[in-house]
Amino acid sequence: MSAPNYLREAPRRYRLEGARCKGCGAIHFPPKAICDRCGGRDLESEGLSGEGELVAYTIIRHPPKGFEDQAPYVIGIVQLKEGVRILSQIVDCDPTELREGMRLKVAIRRIKNDGGFIEYGYKFRPA
Amino acid sequence: MRRIAIIGIGCTKVGEHWDKALRDLAVEASLRAMEDVGLYDVDYVLVGNMMSGYLQNQEHLGALVADSLGLQGAGAAKIEAACASGGMAVHMGCQLIASGAADSVLVVGVEKMTDATTQEATKALAMAEDQEYSAYTGTSFVGLNALVARAYMRAYGVGHEDIARFPVICHKHALDNEFAQFRFPITVEAVMSSPIVADPLHLLECAGIGDGAAAVLLAPLEDARKIIDAPVEVLASTVSIDKFSLHQRDDLTSFKATRASAEAAFKKAGLGAEDIDVLEVHDAFSVLGLIALEDLGFAERGKAAELVKEGGIEIGGKIPTNTFGGLKARGHPVGATGVYQIVELVRQLRGEAGKNQVEGAERGYAQNIGGVGTTITAHILGRVD
Repeated sequence: MSAPNYLREAPRRYRLEGARCKGCGAIHFPPKAICDRCGGRDLESEGLSGEGELVAYTIIRHPPKGFEDQAPYVIGIVQLKEGVRILSQIVDCDPTELREGMRLKVAIRRIKNDGGFIEYGYKFRPA
Repeated sequence: MRRIAIIGIGCTKVGEHWDKALRDLAVEASLRAMEDVGLYDVDYVLVGNMMSGYLQNQEHLGALVADSLGLQGAGAAKIEAACASGGMAVHMGCQLIASGAADSVLVVGVEKMTDATTQEATKALAMAEDQEYSAYTGTSFVGLNALVARAYMRAYGVGHEDIARFPVICHKHALDNEFAQFRFPITVEAVMSSPIVADPLHLLECAGIGDGAAAVLLAPLEDARKIIDAPVEVLASTVSIDKFSLHQRDDLTSFKATRASAEAAFKKAGLGAEDIDVLEVHDAFSVLGLIALEDLGFAERGKAAELVKEGGIEIGGKIPTNTFGGLKARGHPVGATGVYQIVELVRQLRGEAGKNQVEGAERGYAQNIGGVGTTITAHILGRVD
């Protein structure tokens, strides 16, 4: 990832900054310019709670390039209490103890180090 | 709008073509389609391809392929929609013919994946997904489909062995397909004991990595009748997209874009699922085959495994599906897949399917998926008497 891209994404990666539609109240992550629930274009930035539950998960055993040193690792869909869903690695857990519906909390962790600077961002762990 | 016909088809074998470059594969399939009808000059060349930029460092593929065919006067472009690149290229070709913008279009889908390492190919496949918010996590493309498989089994109480039967049938159908990559039978036990790629998906229920190209020649039906005796008509060609990423959708066990593209296609053709004799679905992963059968109306939600178990998708069954092996056993050279599906339906409708022939097949349907249910194309083809 390039430095400008990394800097640009920091509000999402570090603070889970999403957007709330002022028209219908829908929460979006990542933020959108147009609300796809009501079509409204008046949205404001909103920091998300980072608290939610596990919807579905898998264990990646054959990772894409750049993640070889981390495999195997868990990827899951997390539904935040605001209702929005996020894809994330699930860490600090024994994969055999994972179950759909378990409560999770955000954690800022190292995402990748592919030779340039070290990337950080959100992962989730059991609450 | 003009009616559209397919007048020529051709493809290469899917496999590890160490001795052939991307353009060589595209030319081989294109020439076969041209030789099929004896037409060597076209107005347009559309190339369905996903990964040439990353795996071959080659873009501008439309012109490269057209030039390689000696078609310097033609229009040309690459059409990209991830794994639906092939279906999308056929769709765009249909628009050119229907609108009158072109009188002959060569659509060739091509992908060359085996020069790359598995990690590079895995990364290239993950480019179908949102790089900032999906691929960023380290998920693989298989991983996202594994989430679908887990959610599907959980929602409907379907056992993994029942899902694993889908690729077993695809392998059975590929035995007699000279163009297929994996021409050997497998069993449910073999699927279940093969290594896990991303839980719960095993190696033998995921489409592999391969090279290949497939081509079709399109023309207005009125012209086609003068050129060949029995053209195949494109009765409908539609496309629909859903929320881009799987995790943004409420239901992980059904693809809205399949349902929307099918509804539009059936409406346009004035047909329903009951009118389809032969089906091509995008079984990149076992569970996707079952979900397609349900979304297209061939089985109730959560019941596709029962249809498969009863022999319903085999030749002679209720709805013969992936009669040349599907993505799993024919092989899945990504950008070519959607065009292979069309080539195979045409072989069925022409009665040229050999041992895999579905007797009296008059209408076929092809579903091609880009991303995890993101972009889905639908084609309904029919025999013209």
